[in-house]
Amino acid sequence: MRYSAYSIFKEALSGNRMWKPAWREPQPKPHYDVIIVGGGGHGLATAYYLAKEFGITNVAVLEKGYLGSGNVGRNTTIIRSNYLLEGNNPFYEFSLKLWEGLERDFNYNAMVSQRGMLNLFHSDGQRDHYARKGNGMRLHGVDAELLDREQVRRKAPYLNFDHARFPIMGALYQKRAGTVRHDAVAWGYGRGADAHGVDLIQHCEVTGIRRENGLVVGVETTRGFIGCNKLALAAAGNTTTVGRMADLELPIETHVLQAFVSEGLKPVVDHVITYGAGHFYISQSDKGGLVFGAEIDFYSSYAQRGNLQTVEHTMEEGVSLIPGLSRAKVLRSWGGVMDMSMDGSPIIDRTPIDNLYLNCGWCYGGFKATPASGFCFAHLIAKNETHHVSRFMRLDRFERGYTIDEAGRGPQPNLH
Amino acid sequence: MASLITCPHCGTRPKEEFSIRGAAAPKRPSPTAKDETWHAYVYVRDNPKGRYKEYWHHVAGCRRFLVVERDNLTHEVFGVTDASEFKRAGAAE
Repeated sequence: MRYSAYSIFKEALSGNRMWKPAWREPQPKPHYDVIIVGGGGHGLATAYYLAKEFGITNVAVLEKGYLGSGNVGRNTTIIRSNYLLEGNNPFYEFSLKLWEGLERDFNYNAMVSQRGMLNLFHSDGQRDHYARKGNGMRLHGVDAELLDREQVRRKAPYLNFDHARFPIMGALYQKRAGTVRHDAVAWGYGRGADAHGVDLIQHCEVTGIRRENGLVVGVETTRGFIGCNKLALAAAGNTTTVGRMADLELPIETHVLQAFVSEGLKPVVDHVITYGAGHFYISQSDKGGLVFGAEIDFYSSYAQRGNLQTVEHTMEEGVSLIPGLSRAKVLRSWGGVMDMSMDGSPIIDRTPIDNLYLNCGWCYGGFKATPASGFCFAHLIAKNETHHVSRFMRLDRFERGYTIDEAGRGPQPNLH
Repeated sequence: MASLITCPHCGTRPKEEFSIRGAAAPKRPSPTAKDETWHAYVYVRDNPKGRYKEYWHHVAGCRRFLVVERDNLTHEVFGVTDASEFKRAGAAE
């Protein structure tokens, strides 16, 4: 069923009894052309584009929990393409362009809101760095503006401009950045993939990868063996666990990132704002809750919950940036497990096993990448060749000395 | 929760005093080792789920590097040793 104003009207007249589930709950078939491990944003987007753009519809997505139970439903919903490096920027810009047409494309309201993003700077050096980044973006044809203090004040008068240690000097502004309703992304892609015939199989955990003559022939799961021609991994924080089943050696360490939401407030934060003196970022959801977060917890963790020290640190940063935040009550906090890569950039590539494909290393920036990640991964699986915007995101780049170190912090995953 | 760490030199101290360096398992190869060996040391990680040893630096205390053994799923702390002892124990294996 196609969603439209007419369908809402029609269903309203018939008492809303005719709505059908957004996707089927199929039994796994014995064999598929492609199996995707991981029913999160990236896995579902991959399935959707495989079916829609590349005509491969005999596909299953295996998810150990329910659809979107991982990081796609746990992030702070920000989309942007303000990256500096050549290996990153065209990819994230491709993603932002897909976001811009996504709702029409998959016929689902994902509440894409291009409300603009302000990256605040607090020193001369940081201004120079952001100017360089903005120029890099413009060279790639991406919108970027350097705002001075008064321009920022007009947009966000509630910020702490005269902070004794970190006064706000201005911001790098990307007007096309914004937020998206994260769960709806998983649901929209899931529904779209299902409509093209993809089987979304929930509560089906992969427990082994069966190989014969150096090739993958299928996966052992909690719902029995399922055969496949090609296997694609999109398991985020559990990438190592799944990769180990195929003896992959990966440059990944798993860390927990926390996020927070306040009680519903009247509209106050009109943009996405990042604090240059820390790693704090905040926006306001359409329900009115302030959605914010900061750094990862710094230690290795597979727990989907974090440490109180990081909670305290996040609140301190928030109040330092927006003093009025001290009067808001936190409603909920949660954690997601991140596949932190050794250079802070992702991997979309083939593996040493010919029919095994890998999508991982998204650190805590995977949400904004969801459409491009799915598109490029589908391209790789379907054509067996890399999409040109993801051509730097190779698994062997570490060995060859071509890391994509956006933050310039070296091979230490907890610092990216 | 791994909120309190018992430093062998300073006693039980809050996590805030520590800076976390990362996995303690990789052993630094000799300077003349092959590129592949160095690549494995610098970039490849076992990343196990469960018991895990990590270098923690007690920056706001004795400033010694420690090895904290934790469960990274339950956040339970099993033990803390000085990094020099950890290295000696590794060499004896």
